[in-house]
Amino acid sequence: MNQPILSVKDIKVWFDVRDDDAGGLLPKTKKLKAVDGVSFDLMPGETLGIVGESGCGKSTLARSIIRLVKATSGEAFWMGRDLLKLSNADMLAVRKDIQMIFQDPLASLNPRMTCGEIIAEPLKTHFSRMKKPERREKVRQMMEKVGMDPAWINRYPHEFSGGQCQRIGIARALITNPKLIICDEPVSALDVSVQAQVVNLLMALQAELGISLLFIAHDLSVVKHISSRIMVLYFGNVVEIGSAKQVTEDPQHEYTQKLIASVPIPDPRKEMARREIRRAKRAAAAG
Amino acid sequence: MNEIIEVKGRSLWSDARGRFFQNKAAVAGLVALAFIVLISFIGPYFAVWSNEEIDWEVMGNAATLGMPSFASGHFFGTDDLGRDLYSRVLQGTRVSLMVGVIGAGISVLVGTVYGTVAGYVGGRTDQIMMRIVDILMSIPFMFVIILLLVVFGRSIGMLFLGIGLLSWLDMSRIVRGQTLTLKNKEFVEAARATGVSTPTIIRRHIVPNLLGIVAIYATLLVPLMILTESFISFLGLGVQEPLTSWGALISEGAGTIRYDTEWQLIAPLVFFVVTLFSFFFIGDGLRDALDPKDR
Amino acid sequence: MNILEVKNLSVKFDTPDGVVNAVNDISFTIGTGKTLAIVGESGSGKSQTAFGIMGLLPKNGHAAGSVNYMDTEILNLREAEMNRFRANEIAMIFQDPMTSLNPYMRISKQLTEVLIHHKGMRKGEALKESIRMLDAVQIPDAANRVHMYPHEFSGGMRQRVMIAMSLLCGPKLLIADEPTTALDVTVQAEIMDLLIDLQEDFGMAIILITHDMAIVAGTCEDTLVMFGGNVMEYRPTLDLFDNPEHPYTKGLLEAVPRLDQDVQTLSTVSYDFLEGGKP
Repeated sequence: MNQPILSVKDIKVWFDVRDDDAGGLLPKTKKLKAVDGVSFDLMPGETLGIVGESGCGKSTLARSIIRLVKATSGEAFWMGRDLLKLSNADMLAVRKDIQMIFQDPLASLNPRMTCGEIIAEPLKTHFSRMKKPERREKVRQMMEKVGMDPAWINRYPHEFSGGQCQRIGIARALITNPKLIICDEPVSALDVSVQAQVVNLLMALQAELGISLLFIAHDLSVVKHISSRIMVLYFGNVVEIGSAKQVTEDPQHEYTQKLIASVPIPDPRKEMARREIRRAKRAAAAG
Repeated sequence: MNEIIEVKGRSLWSDARGRFFQNKAAVAGLVALAFIVLISFIGPYFAVWSNEEIDWEVMGNAATLGMPSFASGHFFGTDDLGRDLYSRVLQGTRVSLMVGVIGAGISVLVGTVYGTVAGYVGGRTDQIMMRIVDILMSIPFMFVIILLLVVFGRSIGMLFLGIGLLSWLDMSRIVRGQTLTLKNKEFVEAARATGVSTPTIIRRHIVPNLLGIVAIYATLLVPLMILTESFISFLGLGVQEPLTSWGALISEGAGTIRYDTEWQLIAPLVFFVVTLFSFFFIGDGLRDALDPKDR
Repeated sequence: MNILEVKNLSVKFDTPDGVVNAVNDISFTIGTGKTLAIVGESGSGKSQTAFGIMGLLPKNGHAAGSVNYMDTEILNLREAEMNRFRANEIAMIFQDPMTSLNPYMRISKQLTEVLIHHKGMRKGEALKESIRMLDAVQIPDAANRVHMYPHEFSGGMRQRVMIAMSLLCGPKLLIADEPTTALDVTVQAEIMDLLIDLQEDFGMAIILITHDMAIVAGTCEDTLVMFGGNVMEYRPTLDLFDNPEHPYTKGLLEAVPRLDQDVQTLSTVSYDFLEGGKP
């Protein structure tokens, strides 16, 4: 099937913010253009990496697609239907198929709920007729799938490590068998060793279940590893989109080039050489 | 089929409970309060006199014959009319505690519901709801209650109505503030992304994370309710005879202190002060136990 | 010449759950004008090492061992004594510049305060020197910006202000605790370049504390790898990256995804080197 599973067309998300620089007596507002016309397609089973620095709008974009934030204009076609125009009831049905994992592993889990209750919540929401024993069994199976010991089903989030909390988040996202998972900086808050485990887990699950992933991060190295295509955002606009290999090895846009030049590489000789290049550039710019 | 033995989780509440019980002042307050509550319900079984009975021998001679003694059965002494203070103080304790707890209870219930809805729904609804609270808050509390009592007559029901009408306002503001903070947390966002309905989010995610703050405030509200009721009774507008409360008893006791009948003041006063201090210590203990580690 | 010699430094914390050994008996030295990286993941004890050296541990923290700065023992000095060394001789910058700068005070006040207190300068002189330092850290239009509040600066600029503040008294040693973790990668590169430039210009020694092996690669001459409060490896950076000896270091280096390499799965760190298995 060669149809994109998600087709985003010209999404804009503008916020009204207070304009302190404007003159006059009454408070004026101006527009903060968080996302300013972003379009892309996502194929089934594909991972699209979205990179950019703070303020580029990547998180806002993700949230606008699933209507956690209201998009000002644009369309997001999911399997032929525009998500942004669906009724609440229709959108609820779609949410079964599109799930999200968040950046802060501990903060994305309700501290007063047990691990089992957290993972079961999507089942309670979408399959309300399911009986408790069946639900519990599904939760246990999912815990094993993400590499957690099912015996911990009654533990609370604060009793787990960061990596384990993120696994709980992944289990929660997977339990309704979604077709797309939006990952908002899922490994940024984790240690390097744990990061590797979680990235490997996501890739394995994707290979097994054929899920599409929108992988949002600011760490280009991780994004390159997990994504087949990469989209670079800068202040709400797409400045580059292409295969992971092409974007990282042959960037076209100036900003992408700057981004890649800034990503440190754990190789002392290469790094020192790059630093000299950057120093020379600065001297040339100043001189 | 291998048995998976599920590990029991250690909730944040049990952590807090542990910390609470390490706080000596808070535990002392809890013990004192438990003692007072216990006495107020079990004490009457040991009473010799009821709270209405007039001891004709003592009447008029309270200063000389009304002193606290085991022999006469008046453990706390009598008041000027010869009524047994032991029974009356215990009965007053029951009334005051009831006013305090029920008043705080109404406040918690109404305030929490109002505050979470205003905070979570936000926007226009929130603005309107909070402006209503602002307007109600600007009404002089005491004045309204006194007015109600004077116009509609003194009764416990009227007292509750007055207190109930106005006690939930502060709580709703606090709950709304907390809701605003919680609303933006990632786990609430996660619930919305999953598709959980708004009432369920409020019930499952917002309220349980509010309970800490609400509990702390409730322990501060109970003394406030008791103080309010005591003040009204002190003015002579509170509960009607033969029912009595701490305020009324303190009022009577204070009035006769010139006549060497100190026990009439001391007995209710001690109960009053100990209970209030207990609530304050418990409230402090709760805050220390719940506050810092709440991640 | 060694500017700082740390011998058998241990840091313990009293907690309701018992004593926690954050740092166990570590030793290292740093020479004048040299750079040392202390690398580790969360819980490795790297930040606590710095706090122990600077005397910034909380009440329930206790440091033991020896920290020798230019032939003076500075570990566990009394506050008043330690303050003579802080900012003047040893400066520290932290991860989140927003919390280390007072949001209610203008930058000018915060900078001049340091100079007035430590160098006894007068207000006018202190302001001039502050502006000069802001120029040195490449803040554009320093003369005007010096009068602004912290929230009016971006994250990267705030960190530059922090660096300027730490350099005011011309310290001989700068301890930077995760200075770029909270910043965007393009800004990170600029700040790290700035730190190295300043280090060369001022002849300052730097201890860089970070979890990012890649940053270390380009900036520090020696690297110390910590895990669970212990030193796993302590060697010149070039050697360490070329031939990591300890399995933990090897694991860390292999687990980092690299922009210039293509791998199927990221290798994960194996904790076999621990006797009891993974903690």
